[in-house]
Amino acid sequence: MATTQVLRSEWTKIRSVASTVWTLSLAVVVTVALGVLISLLSRHEYDNLDRDDRLSFDPTFISFAGMSLGQLAMIVFGVLVVSNEYSTGMIRTSLAAVPQRATFLGGKIAVATGLALLVGLVTSFIAFFLGQAMLGEYKAHLGDEGVLRAVIGGGLYMALIALLSMGVAAMLRSPMLSLGILMPFLFLVSPHPRQRPRHQEGRPLSARPGRQQDHAGGHPGGQRHPLRPLGRARDHGAVGDCRPGGRFRPAEEAGRVSAADFARS
Amino acid sequence: MIELAGLTKRYGDKVAVNNLTFTVRPGIVTGFLGPNGAGKSTTMRMMLGLDRPTAGDVRIDGRHYDQLRDPLKYIGALLDAKAVHGGRSAFNHLLCLAQSNGIPRARVHEVLDTVGLTAVARKKAKGFSLGMGQRLGIAGALLGDPQILMFDEPVNGLDPEGIHWIRNLMKSLAAQGRTVFVSSHLMSEMALTADHLVVIGQGRLLADTSMADFIAQNSRSYVRIRTPQEDRLAEVLRQNGMTVVHNGSGTLEVDGGKSERIGELAARHEVVLHELSPQQASLEEAFMQLTAESVEYHAHSEAPPEQPPQGWGQSWRKEG
Repeated sequence: MATTQVLRSEWTKIRSVASTVWTLSLAVVVTVALGVLISLLSRHEYDNLDRDDRLSFDPTFISFAGMSLGQLAMIVFGVLVVSNEYSTGMIRTSLAAVPQRATFLGGKIAVATGLALLVGLVTSFIAFFLGQAMLGEYKAHLGDEGVLRAVIGGGLYMALIALLSMGVAAMLRSPMLSLGILMPFLFLVSPHPRQRPRHQEGRPLSARPGRQQDHAGGHPGGQRHPLRPLGRARDHGAVGDCRPGGRFRPAEEAGRVSAADFARS
Repeated sequence: MIELAGLTKRYGDKVAVNNLTFTVRPGIVTGFLGPNGAGKSTTMRMMLGLDRPTAGDVRIDGRHYDQLRDPLKYIGALLDAKAVHGGRSAFNHLLCLAQSNGIPRARVHEVLDTVGLTAVARKKAKGFSLGMGQRLGIAGALLGDPQILMFDEPVNGLDPEGIHWIRNLMKSLAAQGRTVFVSSHLMSEMALTADHLVVIGQGRLLADTSMADFIAQNSRSYVRIRTPQEDRLAEVLRQNGMTVVHNGSGTLEVDGGKSERIGELAARHEVVLHELSPQQASLEEAFMQLTAESVEYHAHSEAPPEQPPQGWGQSWRKEG
C-alpha cells in the first residue's frame, strides 16, 4: 500500500466534506476578529493602565486573544475528521480499501494535521498583523525578539490542538463523547487567565526567581478593567495552557527587559 | 477464489460463526443463505478483515486480506450501502476509494455510468434513496475491476427493475469468470441467481451444494386431496402402498403419489373427491425446513394478538 495513495485519498476525503470548510473558516474568522477587537480595545485602555500593567503589556499576546475561542473550532475540526468515519459507517468502506490500520490512520492524521498547521499559521500571521495594526503606537514588530517565534508558535498550537482532538476521537470513535471531553478539558480544566490565582501585592521581586510575571510585581485588585487579564501573557505560565506569549515590549520601557528574561519564560 | 477454513467468531459466550469451512469458486454465482442472525454478515466482515476471527482462517486467492496490495483490485464488496459519508458526493466518495488503491479517475466515471448514477454523481450521498445508495455501493465494489465480488443482501431496497439489473449483473460477472459471492435470506432470490449454494444457520454450515442438487433433494412433491370420506380413502391409499398424511379439515397429503392413480382408486372405491391436486413444495419451504432448528429469532404465531387500543386518543393519553 503506497502511502502516497492513502495521502491523496485522505486529501480527497477532507476537502470533499462541508465540515472541513466550516470549522476551519470559523477558526480563522473567530481568532482574527476577536484578536482585532481586543487589540483595538487594549489600545484605547492603555492610558488607564497602571505602571505594572504597562510593564506587562504584551502586544503580541493581545493580538492572539481570539485563539482561546478559535481553538474550539479547531477541536471540532480534529474531532470530526476522525469520528466522521465511525459515525457514518464509512470506516468499513475505508478499511476495506486500506486494510493496513496504521497506514490508514497515519495518512488521515498527517493530512488533517498538515492542513490544520497551514490554516493555523495563516490565522496566526493574519491575527498578528491585523492585531498590531489595531494597537497602533503600542504595536510589536515581527522582527522584535521572540515575536516571530511566538507567531509561528501560535500556528503550531492550533495544529497541535487539532492533533490532540484527532487522537481523542480515534480512541473514543464518537463525536459527541470526544467533544464532551475535549471542550471542558481545554476550556475549564486548562487554567483560564481569569481564574489564575493572583499573587499578592508588595511581594519582593526576588521572591520567585525565574518567573517572568514577577517583573511586573504585584497585581493589586486585578478587576479594574475587564481587558486586563488578556493583556498579561507573562503570568500565564500555568500547566496545560501553551498559548504563545509574545515579547514583553511596552513602548516606553522596552529597555528594561533583556533577552535573558524572555528566555526564562 | 475465497477459502474459509474452520472460521469461528465468538462474541463473549455467543458463537456467531462456528467452524465454517467452504470454498467460493470462480465462474459461478455462489449464494450465501441463512436466516437473519445466522452469521452471514459476520462471515463477510471477516473475509474483508473487518472482524478478527476467534479461530480459523480466510484466504483470498491464497492470501490474507491485509496482505493484499490495493485490495479493491482483488475483491470488491458491498457490505452496507449506508457505509458512506452522507456529506460527500457520489463522485468524491468513489474518487477517494479509487485513489487509495491507485485506480485512475476515469474508472470512477465508468462505474458511475455502469450503475446509472452519472446524473447524480455530484449530489451528496445523504439525499440518495435506498436503491441509489445500493447502486453507489455496487459502483464501489466494481471500482477496481476485481476478480472477486461480494454482495451482502444486494437486492434490499431495490425496485423490481433494480432487482432485475442486479441479477443480470451478477450472472454476467460470473460468466466473465469472476468469483461472485452473494448473501441473502430469501431462497426465492437465490433460486433465480445462484449456481451454488452455501446455507448456514446459527453460524454452522448446513449445506454446501449446487443449486440443482439442492432443488432435487429438497423439493418435495405430493398430491393434495380433499374429501368428505377422509378415513376411507386414506385406508384405500395405504393398502396401495402410499404414504398418507392427515392434514386436518378433510385434507390428505400423499407423498410421491401420482394424481391419476389416486383418482382411479377413488373412483373404483366410490369415494367423493372435492380436490385432487399435485403440489410442489417451494424452495422457500425447503430452506425453512433446513434452517428450522437454527432460526434464532422465532416469531410465535400462536402468541395472542395485541389488544387493539380502545380509541385513538385513549392510548396515548394513558402514556402521557
